[in-house]
Amino acid sequence: MTVAEQLITVALCVVGTMATRFLPFLVFSSKRPTPRYVQYLGKALPAAIYAMLVVYCLKNVNILGGSHGLPELIALAAVVGLHLWKRNTILSIAVGTVVYMALVQFVFV
Amino acid sequence: MSELSTRGKRLEALRIAFPHTIPIMAGYLFLGFAHGILMAQDGFSFLWPMGMAVTIFGGSMEYYAAEELLHVFAPLSMLMMVFIIQSRHLFYGIAMLEKYKSMGNKRFYLIFGLTDETFSVNSSLELPLTADRGWVYFFVTLLDHCYWVTGCTVGGLFGTVLMNAIPGMDQYTTGLDFVMTALFAVILLEQLLKEKKHYTALIGAGASLGCLIVFGASTFMVPAMICILLLLTVFRGPLEKAGGLE
Repeated sequence: MTVAEQLITVALCVVGTMATRFLPFLVFSSKRPTPRYVQYLGKALPAAIYAMLVVYCLKNVNILGGSHGLPELIALAAVVGLHLWKRNTILSIAVGTVVYMALVQFVFV
Repeated sequence: MSELSTRGKRLEALRIAFPHTIPIMAGYLFLGFAHGILMAQDGFSFLWPMGMAVTIFGGSMEYYAAEELLHVFAPLSMLMMVFIIQSRHLFYGIAMLEKYKSMGNKRFYLIFGLTDETFSVNSSLELPLTADRGWVYFFVTLLDHCYWVTGCTVGGLFGTVLMNAIPGMDQYTTGLDFVMTALFAVILLEQLLKEKKHYTALIGAGASLGCLIVFGASTFMVPAMICILLLLTVFRGPLEKAGGLE
């Protein structure tokens, strides 16, 4: 991307984000009930989207070669285990990242 | 109302708002800092994370955008991704319709700053009767915005200084990008812990993995989100019957 293209990309993020934040106030009324399909998507989408974003983060992992995705697997297990234990978002993210950095810098070099 | 008592009301609102934002301060400073360092590592000036923090004010989106800025320019698929990643805001807006509508000109800033965390505070706020509700909402939003901009800016500056001061510094930060993976994994896990059934997460993961295999790493996201929307729409009946969605 050129700098101009990068600026346009960021501008699209701003426009798109603001559209999602302002749209309900323009379209829906607190007096009329929100359409059932929209309510349903509100409940069904978040888990699906975050699952998609986790896959997105792991898209370049090569299971067949290199380190076979082991650093990612171990670090994610650390994140999940620690989070189930302590339920502290920052702690889980920080420790998981340090574990991953240690693995790719010292173990799976 | 005199100028002085207006100012008094604002100060009281700020005093009420601040303690509610302390947990968010920790989260935003940390995640913003990491985001700033990542962007510095990719060669961006601190003005990029700072500008994005001011104008987008959305963590997931900014992490995603920072990654995409390194790839080929694809405005249409980017815009679609923004809508799908940020679609959850629609539901925060719907929940805040009543509360924000009567807030005068302040409502534009309140709606602009309706992040996950700001929503979680402002939607559940219990206030003393004397408090000015609008100003408390305003200060919660403003404080959160300040934490996020500060974290991103300091991270960007610190990262740039570090990369310049220590040659080969980037070899020590290898793997730092896992912070984004860990962030999304924790948000997903929290969502799973709230829900009783996990069919929608399985649809998200399955459709994404399927599209990744079929279309490859650089182009799978648009097909993945179309598949997710189609599957959720087609299986709406059984999914609603199964219940357990939160």
